[in-house]
Amino acid sequence: MASTQIGSGTSQHIGRIITRAIVTLVMVATLNFILFRIIPGDPASLLLGGARSSVTAEQMVAQQQNWGLDRPLFPDQVVDYLWATLHGDLGFSFKFRGRQVTDLILERLPATIALVGVAQLIAIAVGVMLGLYAGWRRGRAVDHIATGASLALYSTPSFWLGMILIVIFSTTLGWLPGYGAYSPGATIGSLGWLPDYLRHLALPVTAVALGLIGQYVVVARAAMSEVVTEDYMVTARAKGLTNGQMLMRHAFRNAMLPVVTLITLNLGYVVAGAITVEAVFAWPGIGGLTVEALNARDYPVLQGIFLLLGASIVVANLLADVAYGLLDPRVR
Amino acid sequence: MTNSFQNKAPLLEVDRLSVDYGLKGNSLRAIDGVSFVLRAGEAVALVGESGSGKTTTAMAIAGLLSPNARVSEGVVRYRGERLPIDDDAAMRPHRWSETSVVFQGAMNALNPVHRIVKQIAEPCMLKLGMSRAEATARAKELLELVGIPADRGAAYPHELSGGMRQRVMIAMALACRPSIIIGDEPTTALDVITQAQILKLLGELRSQLNLALILITHDLSVVAECCDRVMIMYSGRIVEDGTVAEIFADPKHPYTKLLIDSIPNPANGKKMIRPIPGDPPNLVNRPSGCAFHPRCPSAMAVCTTEVPSLDKFGQGRVACHLHQSLQNKVTVHA
Ligand SMILES: Nc1ncnc2c1ncn2[C@@H]1O[C@H](COP(=O)(O)OP(=O)(O)O)[C@@H](O)[C@H]1O
Ligand code: SF4
Ligand SMILES: [Mg+2]
Repeated sequence: MASTQIGSGTSQHIGRIITRAIVTLVMVATLNFILFRIIPGDPASLLLGGARSSVTAEQMVAQQQNWGLDRPLFPDQVVDYLWATLHGDLGFSFKFRGRQVTDLILERLPATIALVGVAQLIAIAVGVMLGLYAGWRRGRAVDHIATGASLALYSTPSFWLGMILIVIFSTTLGWLPGYGAYSPGATIGSLGWLPDYLRHLALPVTAVALGLIGQYVVVARAAMSEVVTEDYMVTARAKGLTNGQMLMRHAFRNAMLPVVTLITLNLGYVVAGAITVEAVFAWPGIGGLTVEALNARDYPVLQGIFLLLGASIVVANLLADVAYGLLDPRVR
Repeated sequence: MTNSFQNKAPLLEVDRLSVDYGLKGNSLRAIDGVSFVLRAGEAVALVGESGSGKTTTAMAIAGLLSPNARVSEGVVRYRGERLPIDDDAAMRPHRWSETSVVFQGAMNALNPVHRIVKQIAEPCMLKLGMSRAEATARAKELLELVGIPADRGAAYPHELSGGMRQRVMIAMALACRPSIIIGDEPTTALDVITQAQILKLLGELRSQLNLALILITHDLSVVAECCDRVMIMYSGRIVEDGTVAEIFADPKHPYTKLLIDSIPNPANGKKMIRPIPGDPPNLVNRPSGCAFHPRCPSAMAVCTTEVPSLDKFGQGRVACHLHQSLQNKVTVHA
């Protein structure tokens, strides 16, 4: 009886979370639309090459009618925008004439997911373990070393780490490439493509991962050092458990609660790319696309990237809530 | 009334036990030469103000002292064998199978992320070597024993009231069939009715399972019903030890007298707890001689210089120059 109660509580909880996420998504998309409309400059004139170009008033009106810009902003244009967005239509790029924003983003997404995704996996594996261990042994040498190094890494900008890595491993030692994702002439799918890609990935991944490791160590250590002072740890000791049993059966899951939240929230940034690191390494990901679009005032592309970022953060929040609910019975 | 436990072999002997806590280079003597004997099935209350060393005494017996604690003197024997109370790893096999602890009701002594049945079953699996199924079955029996329906075992601690959580704690304490249960203020933070229920439960389980009970409390009024003997602690020392009847009818130590006077008693119109005047003892600079002398209404010159020893007096023991001199006078005149 009790377990079915708990079960339905969980599904209710998840239902609530999903509803909230959908509402937030619609709000994010609407805000994204409004944000780009507040920016000075009429979309039609931007389309026609900006204020400097010699466009007649008739041509302008024709453009406005063509794109539906003569219709009221609300509800017509907003609804159109949301409807198109729902169907994956994010409009056309200004810079890359005639190209769909969705295509441009999808093209750059794999490189970014490879970079930030791999960096996250490494950082989670190394940072969480190290942080939990440092918290368990707090006050000992391992804790002081891990905490000191992590705070240093955490506070160092990743692009700066990237530049140091390039100077050491690329320029000076010549071990690894420090520019781009492929060697010139390499084609996707050809023999040796993957090792080449991985070699190019190594330094930017390290730069992103090092910063993230610092973050995970700090959070995991704080969580664990709080857990070890909890009363239920005294109970576990009183029950005659060994230190290993106390750690694995009682401390680990409680200490993981804030860590899992951080992990899932960080997953939201996987698609956003690492703008500065991608710039330093000329990595062809979303971060690079963002910089290019900014320089070219390519509003549709920027709008698309913002929407993607907003959506992935909403989804990540949803995952964080669900994961937290599964791990911590108190929030169900 | 004679103490019916006096003839039984001692289960637990605490012999001149002193524990110091290290604090940033300083050290603080939390308990100082504590000695007592606990016999099988006996229920003893350990009473004193907060900071008098009750928890330290309990944790030392259970081998659960914190890392900055040092056993500077004395021994604890269980069934005649010395317990390695200052060795965390060596104490492990003794924990929970000989002595288990019911922690303060206000504490989050249960792990918030595990179902209660799992937490009760855990020591059965780890210490008694039961299978998961056997351990779960035993956990459910224990739940029923403490008055919780077995199907509530699927609940998490936060889904239970404070009283229920304390029942779970008691069920857990019984898991490995210990012969001693220490209740460290087990009813603090519970309402009066729940408090009475929990104490009644402990009393019933004690006679049903022939458990020895050490009940720690700062509230003398709760011990009358469920204990055989009372030990009064002050500033890390036992100052009086006697049967419940003796202590209440004829307290010897001035501190005990004040404690009893401070109990609210509607019968004689005393509704409020009357606090004992003076500052609670300072352990870093413990007063010389009898630590109670700055607050004692009967203090004499000798009290400031000489520590009164805890000597036999009638059925019990008392540590007070008043009674030592009285006893001496008696012997002189005899
Ligand atoms: N881990 C510790 N480190 C330092 N001092 C402690 C520690 N535990 C208890 N003490 C001190 O020891 C004294 C006795 O405490 P305790 O045994 O908890 O008394 P009680 O249970 O009677 O309130 C108190 O002064 C307390 O501050
Ligand atoms: S020894 Fe002296 S100070 Fe201490 S309780 Fe007895 S009379 Fe009071
Ligand atoms: Mg205490």
